[in-house]
Amino acid sequence: MAIKSLALCRITLGILVFLIVFLSTLHGSHGNPSNSVISTAQPQDTTPKGQLSTLPPHEKHHVPIFKINYSRIQIPLEITMWVLLASLAKIGFHIYHKVTIWIPESCLLITIGLIVGGIMFSVHEKSPAVLTTNVFFLYMLPPIVLDAGYFMPTRPFFENAGTVLWFSIVGTLWNSVGIGISLFAICQIEAFGLKDINLQENLLFGAIISAVDPVAVLTVFEEISVNEQLYIVVFGESLFNDAITVVLYNMFTYISEMNEVDTVDVVLGVVGFFVVGIGGMVFGFLFGFAAAFTTRFTKNTREIEPLFVFMYSYLAYLTAECFQLSGIMAIISCALTMKYYVEENVSQRSCTTIKHFLKMWSSVSETLIFLFLGISTVTSDHEWNWAYICFTILFCFIWRGLGVLVLTQIINQFRTIPFNLKDQFSLAYGGLRGAICFSLVFLLPQNFNRRTLFVTASTAVIIFTVFVQGITFRPLVKYLNIRRTNKKEMNINVEIHTRLMEHAIAGIEDLCGQWSHYYWKDKFKKFNDKFLRRILIKENKPQSSIVSLYKKLELQNALELLETAGEISAAPSLTSLHLEKKPSKPRKFLPEEVRNMQDILSKNMYKIRQRTLSYTRHSLPEENRAQEILIRRHASIRRSLRRSGTMLAQKPKPIKSQRYLSLPTGQSLQKKLKQRKINSSADEEDSEIDYPPAKSHLQPRALHKPKRYTLDTVDEVHIDTRRAPIVDFVNQGRNSTRQNNSSPVLAKSNKVVLTPRRRFGSVNEKVLQNEDDEQMLQLRHVAAADRTSEENSDTEAVHPLLKRAGDQFKP
Amino acid sequence: MSSSTNKRCRQPKPDEMTGFRTKISNREDFQRIPELAINPLGDRIINAFFSDGEDQVNFRAFMRTLAHFRPIEDNEKGKDPSSSEPLNSRNNKLLFAFRLYDLDKDDKISREELLQVLRMMVGVNISDEQLGSIADRTIQEADQDGDSAISFPEFVKVLEKVDVEQKMSIRFLH
Repeated sequence: MAIKSLALCRITLGILVFLIVFLSTLHGSHGNPSNSVISTAQPQDTTPKGQLSTLPPHEKHHVPIFKINYSRIQIPLEITMWVLLASLAKIGFHIYHKVTIWIPESCLLITIGLIVGGIMFSVHEKSPAVLTTNVFFLYMLPPIVLDAGYFMPTRPFFENAGTVLWFSIVGTLWNSVGIGISLFAICQIEAFGLKDINLQENLLFGAIISAVDPVAVLTVFEEISVNEQLYIVVFGESLFNDAITVVLYNMFTYISEMNEVDTVDVVLGVVGFFVVGIGGMVFGFLFGFAAAFTTRFTKNTREIEPLFVFMYSYLAYLTAECFQLSGIMAIISCALTMKYYVEENVSQRSCTTIKHFLKMWSSVSETLIFLFLGISTVTSDHEWNWAYICFTILFCFIWRGLGVLVLTQIINQFRTIPFNLKDQFSLAYGGLRGAICFSLVFLLPQNFNRRTLFVTASTAVIIFTVFVQGITFRPLVKYLNIRRTNKKEMNINVEIHTRLMEHAIAGIEDLCGQWSHYYWKDKFKKFNDKFLRRILIKENKPQSSIVSLYKKLELQNALELLETAGEISAAPSLTSLHLEKKPSKPRKFLPEEVRNMQDILSKNMYKIRQRTLSYTRHSLPEENRAQEILIRRHASIRRSLRRSGTMLAQKPKPIKSQRYLSLPTGQSLQKKLKQRKINSSADEEDSEIDYPPAKSHLQPRALHKPKRYTLDTVDEVHIDTRRAPIVDFVNQGRNSTRQNNSSPVLAKSNKVVLTPRRRFGSVNEKVLQNEDDEQMLQLRHVAAADRTSEENSDTEAVHPLLKRAGDQFKP
Repeated sequence: MSSSTNKRCRQPKPDEMTGFRTKISNREDFQRIPELAINPLGDRIINAFFSDGEDQVNFRAFMRTLAHFRPIEDNEKGKDPSSSEPLNSRNNKLLFAFRLYDLDKDDKISREELLQVLRMMVGVNISDEQLGSIADRTIQEADQDGDSAISFPEFVKVLEKVDVEQKMSIRFLH
């Protein structure tokens, strides 16, 4: 395996090298900038058709068979080759796993960029610019920001909005002013030869360099699992400091051209900040609503639905940039607004398409950015000044650390979860600079004083932070972690009990989260329901979409089940852990047995439900816990079937309503119906999970039999006094057509068939005559009720559907 | 009553909360929460809210149960040694966890109870024998008085190095 991967490695490297050389020679062979691929100059379109035949006139003209017309396709070709190079590089990294563990991808990409830049540089003296400001800001940045905004976990974001804004606004301000002033102080020292840089220019540079870059930050943070709060704060900060950066940049550019600064200008700057930030958001909201509204009518044009999402967000960005507002904030607010409504309007496929496309574009974009960063480092003009650059890096560190410290002290008063020192360290150390900084430097006008020095300094800072901080971040975090956690003992108890506690906490958190309606969220919800949803979401027939989704899921689960069934039978059973019949004799467990057990536990215990799907750049948010649930359901059904006897084929008595399998005595049907209707309509599905809500209700157990919960069968009319399940169904509207025959349930044999996964729990292994939706749904809910029962029952629980009529459980 | 939970329950009026119509709710309302249904221990958690034999929990009881999960604050430790232990003390948190195992409330976690919980928490790939061995080992590690069951003091002792206060606390956010 190692040999194979090594060979693959070599092959990929070979292809990469070939591409690199090819690209650079292509790029360099058209020496003047006007012919380069991605420059701001107009690409020359000098491809007259007459160029086809290049034969000198005095020769006889034959019909030309083989001609090369390169300049015609030059631009698309180069773009394609660059993208291909970037993608192959990504593949190459992942073949050799160990590399990506220690070195974040961004570093590797910059390295490759440096190599390519070096090749290009050596091919000809003056290399054309590859990454220009326009290309970066207009083509490369939007996909990344859109991806960030679209997949951003909204709930923690809004919960932490205050902190995020505090850090991004005040933090960036603090950093830029601090760095600017200290650099100015350094410049005063004669020995460094920097006297000519005045305060304004230093402040401008400070503003440029202090912006934490979302691209760089994410690539590092993603590979380290930090806690949710920290993650969202850093993430949000890196996105939102764009607003303040734009304002500061404009303000300082303007000021540095003038010679004196009035207080009016400062005040105007502050006002300008609000305009920029809020204006950007307003544009974003506008376009978001427009997109939501448009998708309301796309029922018959499903193929182009994803296009609307992309176009509207891009439009938001461009419009905001046109007005010199913050394009990043525009895109983010557009994505946030749009996502909620659009996902309800568009088809499932379009949803998937949108997600995949976003991931694809942002991945490519990010890769290209780092690549070009490396290249441009080599190919641009540099002026190296030891003092300035070293002090810049130093001050970046110092001011960021100080800033984080001071700001967290203040904001901790308002937070319920204060940031501890380790969090603060992560915050400070995780402030990487990246390509935004680089492009802003390039935006400086050409006649700017000491422009090349600034370019060099910012490049140095970027490379330093990305390499040094990026590479050392992970070990440092681990080191700090190790310091704080206890040493791991060989203690299975601890593992099991802590997992239990974590599950319990997750459950309680869900409980609380469900029940605590924050004031504004409540208000917004009401407003949303009353107005926005009516306007922006099309007439929905929930049944049809849910049923179609459900059918699709069933198919998927059939396949999954077949796969997992194969795995299960092949699971090794440790014969050494053979259970003795009498547990009274305590066995001594060998250490390796214990280690085995620990391995088994750690591999097989269910993971805690993450409340928020964390944002990952390189993959879609995962829903693999659904698979866990599916497997769990199967296991429980199988277990209970195993223990019970044969299934009895009994005809259930017809029941009044199609909704219930059995009724508690004395309860009226209507009351339950009404209650459920109210509840389900009030139930907002705003969690990140999108499964059809299904409710299974259990009546509380009676007093005298605490131990056993049972579930009554379908056919039972009079109920076990302890318990009677009331099972609800997904589709409220589909009552009349549904026949309540559960006879197919019992009638047929022990053939196992697949069942449909529903997110929480109902898998049923009875075979059905006809794959009717209704019957499936019924079965599902039977099994749902069953799940709760058998988890509380003893080991010899009988499967509910197998119970004979009138059977009462004896404890 | 904890201040932070009070903060939370001051805001929404009881009748705005789903299901809390007259400040009383029953199991159905809890089960309506989808995330709890996914949780492997969902039923047990719901059970924990209902005291013995009752089918309904009112707001006060709900809050009492939730108060277990308030983070332990440092200034409370030395506050009043004579008063009864606050609900969110480490001991009470551990008691909550213990009760998740101990269904029959005999203050012991028997092998069967442990097995049940294990089976809930663990996937399919583990056979019953393996699980049984794991349960045996668990009891063996914790059991000190030889009754093949884990009593509450033994439970506490086993978890003495674990940061229970951190794990069993909910950060109530604003």
